[in-house]
Amino acid sequence: MQQLGSTLAANRFGLGARPGELAAIGGDGRDWLRAQLTQRPPLIGAAQLSSSAAVLGEAFALQREIQQARRSGNEAQQKLPQFLKPIYTAEASARFQQAVASDRPFLERLTQFWTNHFAVSIDKQFLAGLAGSFEREAIRPHVLGNFGDLLVAAETHPAMLLYLDNHLSVGPHSPAAIRAGLRPRGQRTLGINENLGREILELHTLGVGGGYSQADVTSFATVITGWSVGGGSGLFASGPPGRFVFRPETHEPGTKTVLGRSYPDSGYRQGIEVLNDLAQHPSTARHIALKLARHFIADDPPPAAVERLAGAFSEFGGDLPAVYRTLIDTREAWEQPLAKYKTPGDFIVSSYRGLSLPVDAAHGPLAPFELLGQRTWQPGSPAGWPDRSADWDGASGLLKRVEWADAVGGRLGSRRDAGELAPELLGANLTGATATAIARAASAQQAVTLLLAAPEFMRR
Amino acid sequence: MSAIKRREFLTLGALAAGGALITPRVSFARAAAGQGRPRLVLVILRGALDGLAAVPPCGDRDYGRLRGEFALRAPGEAKGALALNGFFGLHPSLAFLGESYAARELIVFHAVASPYRERSHFDGQDVLENGTPVAHALESGWLNRALGAAPGAARREAGVALGQNVPLVMRGPAEVASWSPSKLPGPDPDTLARITDLYAHDPLLSVRLADALMANSMAEEGGAMAPSQPPAAPAGSSPAPAQASPPPAQYAEVVRAAAGFLRQEDGPQVAVFDTTGWDTHANEGGAEGQLAGRLAALDRGLATLKEQLGPAWRETAVLLVTEFGRTAAINGTRGTDHGTATMALLVGGAVAGGRVIADWPGLAPHALYQGRDLMPTLDLRCVLKGVLEEHLEIPARALESTVFPGSERARSLKGLMRA
Repeated sequence: MQQLGSTLAANRFGLGARPGELAAIGGDGRDWLRAQLTQRPPLIGAAQLSSSAAVLGEAFALQREIQQARRSGNEAQQKLPQFLKPIYTAEASARFQQAVASDRPFLERLTQFWTNHFAVSIDKQFLAGLAGSFEREAIRPHVLGNFGDLLVAAETHPAMLLYLDNHLSVGPHSPAAIRAGLRPRGQRTLGINENLGREILELHTLGVGGGYSQADVTSFATVITGWSVGGGSGLFASGPPGRFVFRPETHEPGTKTVLGRSYPDSGYRQGIEVLNDLAQHPSTARHIALKLARHFIADDPPPAAVERLAGAFSEFGGDLPAVYRTLIDTREAWEQPLAKYKTPGDFIVSSYRGLSLPVDAAHGPLAPFELLGQRTWQPGSPAGWPDRSADWDGASGLLKRVEWADAVGGRLGSRRDAGELAPELLGANLTGATATAIARAASAQQAVTLLLAAPEFMRR
Repeated sequence: MSAIKRREFLTLGALAAGGALITPRVSFARAAAGQGRPRLVLVILRGALDGLAAVPPCGDRDYGRLRGEFALRAPGEAKGALALNGFFGLHPSLAFLGESYAARELIVFHAVASPYRERSHFDGQDVLENGTPVAHALESGWLNRALGAAPGAARREAGVALGQNVPLVMRGPAEVASWSPSKLPGPDPDTLARITDLYAHDPLLSVRLADALMANSMAEEGGAMAPSQPPAAPAGSSPAPAQASPPPAQYAEVVRAAAGFLRQEDGPQVAVFDTTGWDTHANEGGAEGQLAGRLAALDRGLATLKEQLGPAWRETAVLLVTEFGRTAAINGTRGTDHGTATMALLVGGAVAGGRVIADWPGLAPHALYQGRDLMPTLDLRCVLKGVLEEHLEIPARALESTVFPGSERARSLKGLMRA
C-alpha cells in the first residue's frame, strides 16, 4: 500500500501518476513538489513552433489578401482557418505531449492554472493561431517568477489585446480621435472599448467583489488606450506586425484616477503603473489565493487555508514560488483525499500518463479533448474553464468518459495489465472494490476500462 | 374557470395595478381542451445579448443617434427591421421570430433585467440562473427548484440539459438528465453492468450514470441518437478549431435532440441549452455583420425546433434570456460594452403572443441607467414566474418561497399563455 502523501502529490498536485512514479516520490510527497520549484521554468523546447509575432504577421497579411480577393469577387475565406488550424494542432499537441511526459507535472499543472486564469479562447478571430504561443511566451516564463511580471506579460501580449479588443481602443481626446472628428465625413466616432480594462480588474487581479466601480473600469480602460498590436489596418497599421506597440496617437492624454489613486500621464508606463499597483492589492492576493485553494484543495476550500495563501502572496510581494511553498505546506491540502472531480483534460492526461499512451502527433492527438468536452484553449469566455465539481460532473459527461475508457481498453487489449497498474497509479486511494473488479474482469481490455472508469480515477 | 377573461397588460404599471388579483387556473382549461402536457425550452444566451440590436426601438427619437451607422432602418425600408408594433422592430435576421409574432406566437419583453446591477458576465449569469438577487447565493438553479415544486414532481427526469454538463439553472435537488451527441459506440452491456456495480457505493457517480443511461434510451426513442459522424477511436482525426461558437452544425444537433426529448409523451417536459458569442465588444455590425450572423443562426435553430416538435409545438413555450444588455451607444471599436436592461423573448404554440410588453423608459440621456444603459423597467423574474405559474402550473407559493426567494415585489406576469 502506497502512502497517501505520494498519491496526493502525484494526482492532486501533479497530473496523475505514471507507473513507478509513486515509489520514486517516496512517502511524503512534499519534497518532490518543492524540488520542482527550484529549477528552470517549464518551457516547451520545440523549434518547429512559431512565435506569435510570426503567426500574427502572416495572418494579417493573409487577411489583407482575402479582403482584396473579396473585392475582386474571389472566394478566399477558407485561407485563414487553413493557415491557423495546423498551428493550433501543433501547439496543443506539444502542450499535451509535455503534460504526459513531464517529470515536473506540478509545474505543468501550475502552467495550465495560470493560462486558465489569463484565459484567451480560440473561438475569436486569430486566436487559434495565438493561444499556444501566448502560453509559451507570456505564461511559462513567469510560472516560477513574480505575479506582477506575469500580469504585465499576459496583458501586453498580442493574443490578450486582440482577445479583449484593446488593440482598437482609442482615447476620445487622443490626437487620432481629434483628427477623425475634424474630418467632414468622419461619421465614425473613435473611442474606448472597456473590455480588457474590466476583465483585468474582475478576473485577473482584484476579483469581482474586489472593490472597484464602473468609474474605475472606464478610467482604467482609458489608461491602457494605445496598447495595441502592430501591422493591422488603417489607423492601426504602423509598428512591427504582430507585436505589441504603444500608439501615442490613440492614447488618452492626461492624469487618470483608478481606485482612488491618481496616475500622471506617462504614456505606455501609465498602464504598467496601474498594473503594478493592482498586482500588490490585498484583493488580488485574496482572489488568487482563493482560486489556487479551490484548484488544489477543494471546491469550497477552508477559509484559513485561503488566508494563509493570501498572506504569503502579500508578504512575499507576489513571489509565486513562495506562494506555492505555502500551498505545499497547507495541511488541509493533504487531508481531503479525492476532493476534486477531474476536469476532462485532467482525466485524459492522467490516463495517458498512467497507461503510457503515446501522443501521436500525426494522428489527431487532440480528439479525446474534443470528445470529452474540453477542447484545449477554448473555454469560450475570458473567465476560463470553471473549477468546481458541479461544473464537470454531468451525467452525459460521465458517460462520455466511460465510453472513451472503453475505447482505450479496446485499443490496448492485453498490452496493459490493469491489475498491476492500479496500485501504481492510484496508490493509497485504491479501494478494495476497484481492485476486486479489475481482478475479476472478463478480459484485459475490460480491466483497463474499469481502471479508467473507477471512482478514484475520476477524482484527484 | 376558462371563462375568466384575460387582461392584456401592456405595461408593468398595469400589471402592478391589476395583476395580483386574478390567478387563472390554466391547468383546468388545458385539460378541458384535451391538450397534452406543457413543454418549456429555456435558451440561455450567454455573453449579454444587445437588446437594442435584436429588438430595435425604431420609434425612439434617440435610437438613431446612439446607434449611428449600425442603427437599423425602419420597417419597410431596404434591409429594414421587421415590423412589430409600430414602435419596436425585430432585427432583419430574425425571420422566423417575425413570422411567429405575426402568428401571435411571440411575446417580446423589453427594458427587462434580472435583479443584478453590476456588469460582470459571470456574476450576471449566476444571478440569472440561481434565481436570487445575489450572485453565488445558492448552488442550485430556479428551474430545478421549480421542477421540484411541479405537480406530480415525483417523476424522475422531468428536465434535460443538452450538453455534457448541467448549467446552474438546472442544478439542484430535482434529478435532471443531461445528454449530448456521442461519437463512440459505448461499452457492451457486461462492461456497463460492472461499472454500475463499481459505482454502487458512490452516491454521485451511481446517480449520474443511471441518469445518463436513461437519457440515452429516451434519446433513442426520440430519434436523436443517430450518430451524425462515424464513430471515432481516441486516435481519430482532430476537427478544425471552431471559428464561431456555437458551430452551426452542433447547434442544429442540439436543437434536434431537444425536440426529440420533448415530443415524447412520457419524456422530459423541460429542456435547457445555451448559446454563446453574444459579447459583441467590437465590430458588432448592423443589419449585416457579426451579430446579424449569430441572430440568423439562432432564428434558424428556433425554426428547426418548431418543425421537429411537430404537433407538440402547440404545447410548447420557448424562453430566451440573457444575463444583461449592452451600452445604449456604440463604443469606440464599433461594438457595445456591458450594460443593463435588454430584451427577453417567449415564443411557442402555447404563447399568447403577438405583442410587446414594455414600459419603455426611452433612450434620452437623462433616461439612461447611469447615463449609459437602457433603464430596466421590468424585472425578468416577473416573466419567469408568469411562465412557470401558467405554463408549468408551479404553485404561486412555491414561486415565492423556494423558486425565486426574495421576489415578492416582482409579481408574476399574468396571461402570457393561451388559455
